[in-house]
Amino acid sequence: MIFIPVLSASAEETKGGGVDVKEIVFGHIGDSYEWHITTWGETHISIPLPVIVMGSNGQWHVFLSSEFHHSPTGQYAGFYVAEEGQFKGKIVEKSASGTEVRPMDLSITKTAFAIILNSILLCVMILGVARWAKKSPNQAPKGFNGFMEMFIMDINDNVIKTCIGKGYERYAPYLLTVFFFIFFNNLMGLIPIFPGGANVTGNIAITLTLACCTLLAVNLFATKEYWKEIFWPDVPLMLKPIMIPIEMVGIITKPFALMIRLFANMMAGHSVILSLVCLVFITAAMGPVMNGSMTVVSVFFGIFMNILELLVAYIQAYVFTMLSAVFIGLSKVEPHHVK
Amino acid sequence: MLGTVLLQAAAAGAAGLGIGKLGAAIGAGIAAVGAGIGIGKIGGSAMEAIARQPESAGDIRMNMIIIAALVEGVALFAVVVCFLAL
Repeated sequence: MIFIPVLSASAEETKGGGVDVKEIVFGHIGDSYEWHITTWGETHISIPLPVIVMGSNGQWHVFLSSEFHHSPTGQYAGFYVAEEGQFKGKIVEKSASGTEVRPMDLSITKTAFAIILNSILLCVMILGVARWAKKSPNQAPKGFNGFMEMFIMDINDNVIKTCIGKGYERYAPYLLTVFFFIFFNNLMGLIPIFPGGANVTGNIAITLTLACCTLLAVNLFATKEYWKEIFWPDVPLMLKPIMIPIEMVGIITKPFALMIRLFANMMAGHSVILSLVCLVFITAAMGPVMNGSMTVVSVFFGIFMNILELLVAYIQAYVFTMLSAVFIGLSKVEPHHVK
Repeated sequence: MLGTVLLQAAAAGAAGLGIGKLGAAIGAGIAAVGAGIGIGKIGGSAMEAIARQPESAGDIRMNMIIIAALVEGVALFAVVVCFLAL
């Protein structure tokens, strides 16, 4: 009953001076069919990205997303971006019965383009260092090569070798790739201007794929003893009905936790930084004293959060790689002979 | 008495008074408290351990950060659910 006066006040949505923070934050975190850079007055400056869809008649359409803006109705070849409903913000077409339906959509969206761009940059960086290392095998590296060698060997020795033990060389390529992919994408997500600023690792589809790769790496190369310990553990008979479902569910929950940890950390970090910047715009209508003080608070807090996000970018990549290495190491269990 | 409270809550939900958002905000706050307590304990033990043996500060620091990330992962499960309820 004490909630009633509070609830009746919150019935109207207040938007803090006309600035919809939720829409701004989710617009930056979410995916879109064009790369929006800025809005100068009334004009949106954005980079159009290719849309690749297959309609219900089986015909592929490839066009730039700017075509949606050129036509007066926002439609192109029967496709349009849905404004409301369950497919809000995605390309839909009207089926024969009049309902909105999603076509097969392989478009290069903002996140997809960012992955491609970041992967190319990462490949150039790593392959450049590898080429130097192959050309001059017994020299001490200097400069960028030295830094990358220190970085890679630190992960290799302190994380991969210690967690997996014998036979770690087979998994080192995958784990090092995962580490640098996550770290590089986290860092690029912190840069506010194109080509950075795309929320790659804060997208649950991408972390789901990484977690699936770890799931495959752990379970496809596991020893027989690993499966035996899951399906017929060496525990007293009364405990077996409890342990077996727990272990079976555990196969899925461990990579699931990896996925959620990385996704939530990155999304939360971006949301906080975006909200702090929006704070300036929310208080813009509240007078110069309020706005000035809030701007100072926002700038200092924003700098602090960005530095913290640099640390979180490294830590999340490190923890993902370390936990994947630990799971792979655990899957290589040998039968222990009791007594 | 419980029945009247439940009826009021159901009516509030039907009238769109945003009780879901209230729940999301409270949940996020409780998750933050949980994360704070957990990581505070880790930090405290790490400080004591470094005070006992200062030359192992590097090892302890790395382990502390790893375990803090794991605890924070659990708290962020709750944050994700709150985002969904928002």
